Amino acid sequence: MNVGDRALRFVSGLALLVVLVAIFAILGIVVVYGAGALSWQMLVDAPSSDLAGGGVMPAIYGTAACTMLMTLAGVPVGVATAVYLAEYAPQRSWFATAVRAAVRSLAGVPSIVFGLFGLGFFALFVGGRIDGMFYSDATSPVFGRPAILWSSLTLAVLTLPVVIVTTEEAIRRVPREHREASYALGATKLTTIARVVLPHARAGILTGVVLAVSRGAGEVAPILFTGVANYLPRVPTDVRDGFMHLGYHVYVLATQAPDVDRARPMLFGTVLVLLVLTLVLDAAALVLRARAQRGTRV
Amino acid sequence: MAGLLMSRGIAPRRRFRRSLGERLAERAIALAAASAIGAILLIFVFVVREALPLLWDGGADLALVAPQHYPGYDHPAYVWQPVGYPPKYGVVPLLAGSLKITALAMAISAPLSLLAAIYVAEILRPRTRALIKPVIELLAGVPSVILGFFALTFIADATQDILGCTYRLNALVAALALSLAVLPVIFTVSEDAIHGVPLALREASLAVGARRHQTIARVVLPAALPGIVASLVLGFGRAIGETMIVLMASGNAAVLDASPTSSARTLTATIAAELGESPRGGEHWRVLFLLGMILLVVTWALDTLCRVVVRRLARRLNPSEGEGP
Repeated sequence: MNVGDRALRFVSGLALLVVLVAIFAILGIVVVYGAGALSWQMLVDAPSSDLAGGGVMPAIYGTAACTMLMTLAGVPVGVATAVYLAEYAPQRSWFATAVRAAVRSLAGVPSIVFGLFGLGFFALFVGGRIDGMFYSDATSPVFGRPAILWSSLTLAVLTLPVVIVTTEEAIRRVPREHREASYALGATKLTTIARVVLPHARAGILTGVVLAVSRGAGEVAPILFTGVANYLPRVPTDVRDGFMHLGYHVYVLATQAPDVDRARPMLFGTVLVLLVLTLVLDAAALVLRARAQRGTRV
Repeated sequence: MAGLLMSRGIAPRRRFRRSLGERLAERAIALAAASAIGAILLIFVFVVREALPLLWDGGADLALVAPQHYPGYDHPAYVWQPVGYPPKYGVVPLLAGSLKITALAMAISAPLSLLAAIYVAEILRPRTRALIKPVIELLAGVPSVILGFFALTFIADATQDILGCTYRLNALVAALALSLAVLPVIFTVSEDAIHGVPLALREASLAVGARRHQTIARVVLPAALPGIVASLVLGFGRAIGETMIVLMASGNAAVLDASPTSSARTLTATIAAELGESPRGGEHWRVLFLLGMILLVVTWALDTLCRVVVRRLARRLNPSEGEGP
């Protein structure tokens, strides 16, 4: 090996090493500090009013409820869009081109702009209209204010591109022979999609869903103005309630707690819970993706 | 590609009318596909709708981009002080803050991730590559609020100990954490591009006696250039739109200053910090939506630019292929 080769190998290897060290440093520090602070109490209790004591159970519940609603609202639309793009769209259709461009643009919109959109469109416009129609005699807004419903819908729009892109890839990986076999048995196109294509692409679609859930559970900026609250000791029981959220709780504890030093153990514990939640989801997506790619190789 | 194209035309010829249910279901699927277009249009309309009244409700004397002579200042200045009296809405310090932090983050993350991508794609064994790639992708899954927390709690102390900054939270601290968020984006896309360069190109270069580093620098990287450019633009867009990291770690003082260790306030952090306290429909509220509109336009322009440049590059490198998909 000559000098140039060796230099390249050394410099690029060093860069990779720096990156890996940074990753393991973050994960290691969060896990070590978090594990020291985490206790069973923290997972099942509500926070005390100064946020420094008690637990984060309402935030765990709020994150779960919010991402669940998000999945219910976003995944069917995303999968249907992917089915359209992969199975129905004619080759040179302006409509499919426009849908693809829209998905691309949607993926590039900054998350804080989703927050503005969620507030302006969902909470104030849609919620305001519902209030105007059904609750015109109410003294304060019923739907026309930030709520877990609006946060979930905002996140559903935000994660739409993830679901669409992953699902379309998965559908395109389904071998043509499977479709032909189904048609040969007399199945219609819709039956073929529902009974052959989608079941075959299941692992790939699930990958997209899990990635979307992981992304949605970690995003804070879009929910800042659309429903999250910094202190709500009880869990939301209605889609019109505000809710606590793990990511937002991290932000509040780190920057706005009445006594930041006393809230530190809570902060480290909450960070660990959120990190474990998102990393477990991402790991699941990795496994699913590997399975999806292996399962359909022809 | 040929297989994909063929797969479209194989539906059985329609000899019978499809059932009503089937036709309805197909309509519903097309309608769902339209929802992506609807979403992006609604986002644009509802952000612009709140910002636009500024233009005719005396937006001209708000001095958004021009320096303004405020009482108490001895010369015209760019100031962002929306709750002062009179409220000062100079967006220049915010634009400068966003650009400063983004540029710093790119300066840190671009060389690191490109070099790491070269190592992983060109030098690592396939088995090790399959192990390392998911580890770096793991970083992409870490929520940005955790990176913000990490910057606020650990990076800030470390930089202050090493550099002795005047302000504990500053643009550099935010940029360091931000580069962690951008790194996996640049790495993944550029690594895919480098790895996707046909083996034959490398073999041809090595066969005529080029060294490994010459092959990489003169053959592989030029061939992967469209993907690398795309990765950088994507990373830049991600960095300028990131909110929680800069909100937590940049110090958030809207100063107009080029020093990396002074505080900075970005467009995104300003919206996040101030919208909750601004009265709905007021001047301040509308200016904040205007900031959102600026962000939307900037990221959209970046995306378009990226698409055009990548297509140009791809065509120049491989003229026979013509237009991309």
